[in-house]
Order: sequence, then structure tokens, then C-alpha cells
Amino acid sequence: MKPFLSVENMTQRYPDGQGGELTVFEDATFGVEKGEFVVILGHSGCGKSTIMNILAGLSDPTSGVVIMDGTEVKGPSLDRGVVFQNYSLLPWLSTLKNVTFGVSARHPEWSRAQVIEHSTKYLAMVGLEGDVIHRKPSQLSGGMRQRVSIARAFANHPKLLLLDEPFGALDALTRGTIQDELLKIWSGTEQTVFMITHDIDEAILLADRILLMTNGPYARVAESVEITIPRPRNRTEIIEHPNYYAIRNHLVTFLGKRSKEMAGQKTGEGSNRPTPVRIDTTEPEEPENAPPALRAVNE
Amino acid sequence: MPTSSLNFRAAILSLTLLVVGLLIWEAAIPAQKAVGELTEYELLTGAGQPKAGVPPPSEVIAKAWEQLSNPFYDAGPNDKGIGIQIGYSIYRVLVGYALAAVIAIPLGFLIGMSPLAYKALNPFIQVLRPISPLAWMPLALFVIQDSEASAIFVIFICSIWPMLINTAFGVAGVREDWVNVARTHELNPLKTAFTVILPAAAPTILTGMRISIGIAWLVIVAAEMLVGGTGIGYYVWNEWNNLDLTSVIFSILMIGVVGMGLDAALGFVQRAVSYAE
Ligand SMILES: Nc1ncnc2c1ncn2[C@@H]1O[C@H](COP(=O)(O)OP(=O)(O)OP(=O)(O)O)[C@@H](O)[C@H]1O
Ligand SMILES: [Mg+2]
Repeated sequence: MKPFLSVENMTQRYPDGQGGELTVFEDATFGVEKGEFVVILGHSGCGKSTIMNILAGLSDPTSGVVIMDGTEVKGPSLDRGVVFQNYSLLPWLSTLKNVTFGVSARHPEWSRAQVIEHSTKYLAMVGLEGDVIHRKPSQLSGGMRQRVSIARAFANHPKLLLLDEPFGALDALTRGTIQDELLKIWSGTEQTVFMITHDIDEAILLADRILLMTNGPYARVAESVEITIPRPRNRTEIIEHPNYYAIRNHLVTFLGKRSKEMAGQKTGEGSNRPTPVRIDTTEPEEPENAPPALRAVNE
Repeated sequence: MPTSSLNFRAAILSLTLLVVGLLIWEAAIPAQKAVGELTEYELLTGAGQPKAGVPPPSEVIAKAWEQLSNPFYDAGPNDKGIGIQIGYSIYRVLVGYALAAVIAIPLGFLIGMSPLAYKALNPFIQVLRPISPLAWMPLALFVIQDSEASAIFVIFICSIWPMLINTAFGVAGVREDWVNVARTHELNPLKTAFTVILPAAAPTILTGMRISIGIAWLVIVAAEMLVGGTGIGYYVWNEWNNLDLTSVIFSILMIGVVGMGLDAALGFVQRAVSYAE
């Protein structure tokens, strides 16, 4: 059976400005299950935002298809909510109106009062209450703007939530609070989340599965690392979990070394599926304190 | 606190400059028209006639008082109150300007959204824009056969360009992120235009509208000098023909005050639609 979201042989090329072509990635193929929280990690410029824009339907790949829930993605849809890297709030609208903007697009049949009530509820969920919701985005802090943007996306109950480096510009403290809020909202719903980040610890905290990208050009989604740490997870407790450092080391090594070694390799024919990786030091057959097992299962 | 004291000091300085300027003007006038010192030739040619001299500010102020205390009197075609004359001018400006806005803003939207429309219409705009609006006057008078409508047409043609160009520029420059917000919310093109593009481009559009009203007010004076009949431009020219320089100076001041008022009104709207990113 096909996964909920299925990316098949997706290729993106751009003219390189000198008459030639720049292949960002070629024949990328991967899937995301319903309700899954997937994080994609990779160096700057490898093509993460390009993938996200294609998933959102905001741009078309050079070739390949994206299938969600059995139908091909053609153009943007309310079923795919996007939290843009730079918040993308409409600066002439108040905080509340930025959210009602989305809600009334999703539910045109609702009354004004219903729309406001629903929006206020989601703003409260991300900790924005009272006077603040009548301020303009320019009068909010970066963290508050980010939360408005998250509230706008969540209030619409999209089947798929796309987050492009949503916490990139935040300080560690705010980032932690919003991560918790995000997990809280996500765990109460059936939503599928696809998120980009640069932060390894954030990725381990949030994800069910991490997709690792090699450097471009000809970037590949090379590995799919399962996060074998049970939920609910807590920032301070997960670092004590036996799998934490094993997974973290694997990710650091990939980003630090292997992403460069594997870069720029043309892979030839066929689709490029990520290699599934499962790291679990707590499995019964493994002796305690054994070096982390790394098992690459090729399909 | 510091700004209020700055404003206060600026007001004091403005007032001082005004008073000093008026005093110098007042003091300079009598020296000019000491009738006794004129030669016989000057007397004969009329140079000594009091009416032909530049009046002192006290006379202008007295004139202003007289005119403004009864601005709407109407004593025949050549003797109407300043309020009526200015009213005619404002009416012409507003009609021509409104017609220009009704055409320029939608057309600017089209040009801003469509690179094809931009490329196709740009040559026309580039050729038509630098034409002095008054150069259209003879053609307008011939085609329209009506001096009133011709004056309005001249206002229309001079105020259309800044609005058209600024609207196109503002619409083309709307951040792609905001348009993407509209797209991810599946807004139809009309809804996108009204709820995203228009508010996003509004400050730029208003800048164009403000430039236009300024130009329109400059042009109406000249246009009315040409077409005659009514209006502040005609009034200035008529008083010049009467050699009533006091009225000329007074009406020059009134032109400035009304122009300032029109600009302030659009400045108010501009502030209302502006936003901080
Ligand atoms: N419109 C475009 N035209 C040409 N090249 C482009 C275009 N958009 C993106 N690229 C190229 O595609 C590559 C991937 O860009 P993308 O924005 O997806 O990177 P990213 O992984 O999101 O990076 P970052 O982490 O810095 O956001 C880059 O090399 C970029 O130069
Ligand atoms: Mg990016």
C-alpha cells in the first residue's frame, strides 16, 4: 500500500545562469505515513526548501510526482498548511485577523463570531491571549510572530503540515516553549508533519523519522533514520535515553562527513530511495553497553 | 518631551521668520512708490499710479479679510467671491482626478500583474507621460468643444500617469510570500487582489495618488488661465488684467493653502493604509 504522502522520482533542475543546468536533486523518492512527524536535515542549499515548496504545491518539479491521499498534488491546497521560514504574516492585519484570514478561507460558511472564536482558541493554544492579539505583527517579537504563523496553520486542520525552519530565528528559550506547544498540538490530532530544520537536537526531540540529505548539486535523500526514543519526550530527559547519543552521533557524522563525501554523485538509473536506518541499543538481544548497532536495511 | 519642545521652538522660529519677512516687505514698499520723486515721464506713462505698484502686506491682509469674510458672493461673471472661484477649481480637479483614478488603478493592476501587459503598454506610457498636459488643450478644445470639459480632460491626463505607474510598480512589487499565503489558502484571483495585493500595494498607490493631486492642482491654474470663465486660475489672470496686484497676491496665497489642504488629505489616507513590516 502506498504511504499517505508519496514522492516519486522527483527531479528539480534550474538554469545555472551560464547557459547550462543545475540539478538540485534527481529522482528523489520517499514516503511519509499518516500521522507521522518527519524532519528533514541537510546543509544549506541542498534543496530542502525546494522540496517543501513542491510538496506545498507552490512550485512544480522539473519531473516527478507528489501523491497525497491518493491524489496528485497540483497547486496549493488548504489540505496542506504551510508555516513559512519567514513567518509570512500579512503586516497590515492584526494578529487575530491574520488567523481569521485563514480560518474564513477554510470555512467560508462560518459566521464571523464562529471564525473569531475558533481563531482566538488557537491563538490561546500557542500562548497568545488578551491585548496582544489586536496588535500588528510588527509590534510582536519574533517568537510571537512565529506562534501566530503556527496558529494560522494549525487552526485550519490541514492533513499535512509543512514547516520550513520554523524556529530558525528564535532564541533557545522561546524555541523550547514553541517546540513543546507544537508537540502538544500535534499529539492531539491526526495530522502529518513535514519539517525542515538545521538543529539536530530539535530534530531528535520532535521527529518519528529523520530524512538526511547529502549536499547538492545532485543532492539525495540518502537515509531515513528512525528515532527510537519513546514519546512523550522531554528535552531534559531524552538526553539520558541510551539511544540518544547513538542517534545523535550518527546524524552528526552524516552531516559533518558523509554528506560531503556523497555529494555530487550522479546515481544513474532508477529512483533514489533513502536507506532506512534503525539505531536501538535497548533491544533485548543486544548486550548492555554494547557499541551502538547500526543496521542498514536495504530494500 | 524633546520632540514637543522641538516643535515649539520650530513654531517660534517660523513665526519670527514670517513677521520679519512681512516687516521687510512692508518697509520696502513706500521707498518704491514715493510719488514725489518720479520724473515727469514716469508720471505720464503711469508708473506712479498707486495700483500698479506691489502692495504692502498690510493691504494684502486687509484684502484677505474682506474676501474671506464674504467668500461666496456672486456679482456677475467677472466678480465672484474667492470661495466660488476656488470651488470651481476644486470641482474640476476632483472630477478629472477621480476619472483618472478609476482608469489608472485597475489598469495599473493589470500592468503590475502581467508582464505581457507591461511590455505591451510601456511604450505608450513612455511617450504619453512626458507630454505637458497643456499641450493637449487645443486638441481637447477642438474634439470636446467645451472649455469646462477640456479643463477636466487636462486634469485627467496629467494625473493619470503617476497613479498608473505607482499602481503597477506597487502591484508588481508585492512580496511573493504574501501571494503564497493567498495561494495556500486557495483564494480566488479576485479575493487575492482585494485582500492581499491591494492592501500590500496601497502605500505605493497612495504615493502615486498624492503626486497626482499635487500635479493636478498645479495644472488647473494654468488651464483656467487658458480657458477662462471661472476658477482660481482665471481669477488670478483677471485681477492681473485689472492691475489689482493685491488680489493677485492674495489669490496666490490661497492657491498655496488649498494645495496644502489637498496634499494633507491624501497624506492622511496614506498614513491610514501604511503598515510596518
Ligand atoms: N529559482 C531558482 N533558480 C535557480 N536556482 C535556484 C532557485 N531556487 C533555488 N535554487 C537553487 O537550488 C538549491 C537549493 O535551494 P533551497 O532553497 O531548496 O535550499 P535549502 O536546502 O532550503 O537551503 P537553506 O537551508 O539555506 O534554506 C540552491 O543551490 C539554490 O541556489
Ligand atoms: Mg531553505
